[in-house]
Amino acid sequence: MTVPASESGIHKRVVLAEADIDRALTRIAHEILEANKGPRDLVLLGIPRRGFPLAQRLAQKIAAVDPSVDPDLITGQLDVTMYRDDLRRHPTRSPLATQLPPSGIDDKVVVLVDDVLYSGRTIRAGLDALADLGRPRAVRLAVLVDRGHRELPIRADHVGKNLPTSSLERVRVHLAEIDLIGGSAVDEVVIEDRT
Amino acid sequence: MKHLLSTQDLSARNALRLLDTAEEMAAVGEREIKKLPALRGRTVVNLFFEDSTRTRISFEAAAKRLSADVINFAAKGSSVSKGESLKDTAQTLEAMSADAVVIRHPASGAPARLAASGWIDAAVVNAGDGTHEHPTQALLDAFTLRRHWARIAGNPSAGTTLVGMKVLIVGDVLHSRVARSNVWLLTTLGAEVLLAGPPTLLPVGVGSWPCTVFYNLDDALAQRPDAVMMLRLQAERMNAAFFPSTREYSRRWGFDDGRLALLDTMGLDDTVIMHPGPMNRGLEISSAAADSPRSTVLAQVRNGVSVRMAALYLLLSGDPQDDDDHSDDRPHQDDPFATTPEGRTP
Repeated sequence: MTVPASESGIHKRVVLAEADIDRALTRIAHEILEANKGPRDLVLLGIPRRGFPLAQRLAQKIAAVDPSVDPDLITGQLDVTMYRDDLRRHPTRSPLATQLPPSGIDDKVVVLVDDVLYSGRTIRAGLDALADLGRPRAVRLAVLVDRGHRELPIRADHVGKNLPTSSLERVRVHLAEIDLIGGSAVDEVVIEDRT
Repeated sequence: MKHLLSTQDLSARNALRLLDTAEEMAAVGEREIKKLPALRGRTVVNLFFEDSTRTRISFEAAAKRLSADVINFAAKGSSVSKGESLKDTAQTLEAMSADAVVIRHPASGAPARLAASGWIDAAVVNAGDGTHEHPTQALLDAFTLRRHWARIAGNPSAGTTLVGMKVLIVGDVLHSRVARSNVWLLTTLGAEVLLAGPPTLLPVGVGSWPCTVFYNLDDALAQRPDAVMMLRLQAERMNAAFFPSTREYSRRWGFDDGRLALLDTMGLDDTVIMHPGPMNRGLEISSAAADSPRSTVLAQVRNGVSVRMAALYLLLSGDPQDDDDHSDDRPHQDDPFATTPEGRTP
């Protein structure tokens, strides 16, 4: 599946195509329902930017399994910018919106949703942000890709695909809701190798 | 952005970024826990050489909500009254490792001097200098106007500009740093600005400003503005006879009950009345106007905290070695000015 890149020195490899992403999300949606013994008290919070569309898709799939669920009422977005531990190491980041479902998160089972789990620092920031917003009964983590190289004692409950990577590589998730490549919306997970 | 000194040199891009960030900060102000850890361990000094209530309290609340440590400095009761110079005061603050200095000074240009002098490394925020500028007041006015403008259009306010809005600024423009900052910022954001005031209270060179000037308030109101901003009559800066009597000023230039009723007769249901405060009730604005549902005075104060949080966050949170806003890995989406030349460096 190796595609030579247009830019010299970067090799792109598609590791998950549209159908693979869809299958992984379907499985995660079932896993979430199974672990929670149904949709009761579930809240899916996506971490911007690509965690949010993933959370929306998971909610759609949960609603497809259990028609009593309104996907819009269990989905939200959790911005973690202000809680990051690397604010001073990067150019200024603009914060994005945090939107909680109308039911709030107190005593709910919150599933944090993100695209790639890497160092674990984003999730650490997400846990701190949650603590300022309420007190969930439990917090779980669902990610599309776990690429290893953890720097904190954090682990995902639901993983779309484990991708052993080198820290020199970059894992990029492109989602149709956000990403346009060559003018068309695509769903794919790509590993970029800079050699 | 390293400093926030004036709105004249603020690009549309940075102005929108400040307002959009303020929008997220406003959401924090509605939470039960109104605190963010972003500026933990940083020190913000409020250096006030001139009296102020709301600006100082607002900056203090903003810094505290971002978890910064705040040191308040008022010229009264400090060594400034013993004759200490701005340079020595600044170097004292530098020795105490201040990360940001919020300065209000009676001399126009004092914040710019502080920022350019090399006396300190801290970010400088202008909280009002003489009759020059008051950028955070203009930003909070723009924020208030933008929310109003977006609400009547039925859009979310984040990302919108003030294109198509007509804002009338009335009164003592000569002594008003608020008016100057607003003229530059609102124009940058796409609004049309009208000024109205007695010729004695309009500065020399007002003709070169990007706005239309009226010498009669009722003529200006006939232009059907979307917002009317009344300026405070700055008696403390008036050392000459600018108008015959306060009574006459109030008749000709005050937003009184008659003009409030006129807005209704003209069918201007969505026109708001703004005032930067503190108000001289009965002089430039009547109590009925100040307390009417059109008045945004309290919303302006509330939005002040959000806007100042945004300013402090954007000035202090990034890598100090890296001033390049454009390398942000999450660029400003849907930049409404992306296709216009102003505010963009090629």
